Amino acid sequence: MTIPETSPLPAPAAPAPPEPTVAAPAAGSPGNVTAAVVRGTAPVPAAAAVKPPKDRNVRRRSGRRAPARRTLTYAALVAGVAATLLPFAWMFLGAFKTQGELLRRPITWWPEQPTLDNFLVWFNELHIGTFFLNSVVVAVFTVLGNLLFCSMVGYALAKMDFPGKRFLFLLVMVMLMVPGVVTFVPLFVMVSKLGLVSTYPALILPFLAAPMGVFLMRQFIMGIPDSLIEAARIDGAGELRTFLRIVMPLCGPPLATLGILTFLGSWNNFLWPLVVAQSEDMYTLPVALSLYSTGQNATDYGLLLAGSVLIITPILLLFVALQRYFIQGVAATGIK
Amino acid sequence: MATTTNTMPAGTSKSAGTSKGAGRPPARAGRTRRRRNALTAWLFALPFVLIFSVFMLGPLVSSFLMSFTDFTSRDIDNPLAVGFVGIDQYAALFRNPQFLHSVLNTAYFVAAGIPLTTVLALALAVALNNGITRFRTAFRVGFYTPVVTSIVAVAVVWRFILQPDGLLNVMLGWVGIAGPDWLNSTTWSMPALIMLAVWRNLGTLMIIFLAGLQSVPADILEAAEVDGANAWQRFMKITLPMLRPTLLLGTVLLSVGFLQFFEEPFVMTKGGPLDSTLSVSYFTYNQFGFGKYGLASAASYVLFVAIALLSLLQFRALRSKD
Repeated sequence: MTIPETSPLPAPAAPAPPEPTVAAPAAGSPGNVTAAVVRGTAPVPAAAAVKPPKDRNVRRRSGRRAPARRTLTYAALVAGVAATLLPFAWMFLGAFKTQGELLRRPITWWPEQPTLDNFLVWFNELHIGTFFLNSVVVAVFTVLGNLLFCSMVGYALAKMDFPGKRFLFLLVMVMLMVPGVVTFVPLFVMVSKLGLVSTYPALILPFLAAPMGVFLMRQFIMGIPDSLIEAARIDGAGELRTFLRIVMPLCGPPLATLGILTFLGSWNNFLWPLVVAQSEDMYTLPVALSLYSTGQNATDYGLLLAGSVLIITPILLLFVALQRYFIQGVAATGIK
Repeated sequence: MATTTNTMPAGTSKSAGTSKGAGRPPARAGRTRRRRNALTAWLFALPFVLIFSVFMLGPLVSSFLMSFTDFTSRDIDNPLAVGFVGIDQYAALFRNPQFLHSVLNTAYFVAAGIPLTTVLALALAVALNNGITRFRTAFRVGFYTPVVTSIVAVAVVWRFILQPDGLLNVMLGWVGIAGPDWLNSTTWSMPALIMLAVWRNLGTLMIIFLAGLQSVPADILEAAEVDGANAWQRFMKITLPMLRPTLLLGTVLLSVGFLQFFEEPFVMTKGGPLDSTLSVSYFTYNQFGFGKYGLASAASYVLFVAIALLSLLQFRALRSKD
């Protein structure tokens, strides 16, 4: 309701390419320029817009003060980043320490006798392969479901007229405000009545088509020019063909965003899997770690830190590799 | 639309469905076509509508209904046999000292966490946008990293860091501060969790604010500079007002998230010590664990209303100045 007006979405503003070329828009659409500016790496518009006054400022008045202030800013940012990343460094270092070293005081920084024992326990005794597989299966199906279903309904909401359209969109927007605990209880009651506790469907189905994804896809598809879709219809393409051949190929950027954010949400999802995955063979990684960290291993910090490293590393690698899409997605939707 | 219907020769239509209306009078063909279009649209929406109804809307409605009953875990097999108790669950809720305590805790968390996160994120965004020219990507990735990591994994290392003789207190010791036993002190457990929440949410808000800052036109800032406005004046008089929609979006999203405060206490303190970090969400979760589903639903709807109200309030506060 209110979120669409204020959100700095690149999509609705994107008047898309003037020519109905299917391959070009990913690089050329204004949506991408916005994202590039957000990234701060887009040299042309951002630099052109921001730099000249800066340079003049430096030359004209505060010739000596500006560099000093800039150095100060860098120093503060470096300190801030160091503080932000320190817990991760501590986690990685700790995972290679022995239990004795972890408990020793005063604390040690670098592992004195680096050991892989903590990791080996996870691989040999705790079946981390199963948990990893569960996490991957759940995440992959959730992502695929969201990509397909959200873009389908997004297309209908953006480019088709049908009775109940406004109401459906309103429901989607209201759902964005509903806290998780509200639906939690009845959802669990239903899942247990259906006999789905400790099954993949229980872990996947409730997340298969998120309202946020619908909103994201609708906003982007609205930016695709009507003329393009009309042309396809005049050429005799049915809606399904128009959707698959015209709309979907243009939706690369929002699909990337949606896919990444959904994967992230699924990989880190914790409370629901904790409640419905009640047998050990259905645990996802966060569930396994959380149960081990409250059970008899609660003080085995080396083991827990190694588990944390194992959960975090795949998502960190993904994040560093695809950081521009992550950040573009957050800027576009306002969610993590 | 109309032109499409008239100009489309039925012969060129490749899909079987669209050629049917060709021979009929225009008005009827139009109506049939509209109906068929509506059907197609609903078919496109169908998978989402099914999932949405069963797993979101249905639970939302039944939670509302449940909050007016004495539903407990024993009623799962026969849900229609529960007793209707009117607003008794809500009345019981507001007489429950533990619930009231959880309301205060959540208010504390929100009142401290939101301004802290917003101000820090804004400062970071301005610094990254205007203060520096290089390494922007590296800084952004660094500050955003906590957002992408699992709370469970992060909690392990934070619990370790927050131990009485852990890393944080060692570092505080360098500057002569004797740190408390963070997670076992009723005074310091909440500040510790606020610190964790700020750390986890700073990145998201920073990115949203950065996107907003990019849309502040440089020529207005330049004109103000020519007129003699200093950096602070330009920020207060131009950047901040123009950033209002973004600030609004950021704070609303943040408060929707912060009011649901749950994961941090769940993985760090289990709501303790002595309920000092028990949030409304956590209270609800506990009632669910005790099998008191009616009471849990009532508590969750109180939270829902609070979220809606706070969002509305923020819209009024940040909108009305124009």
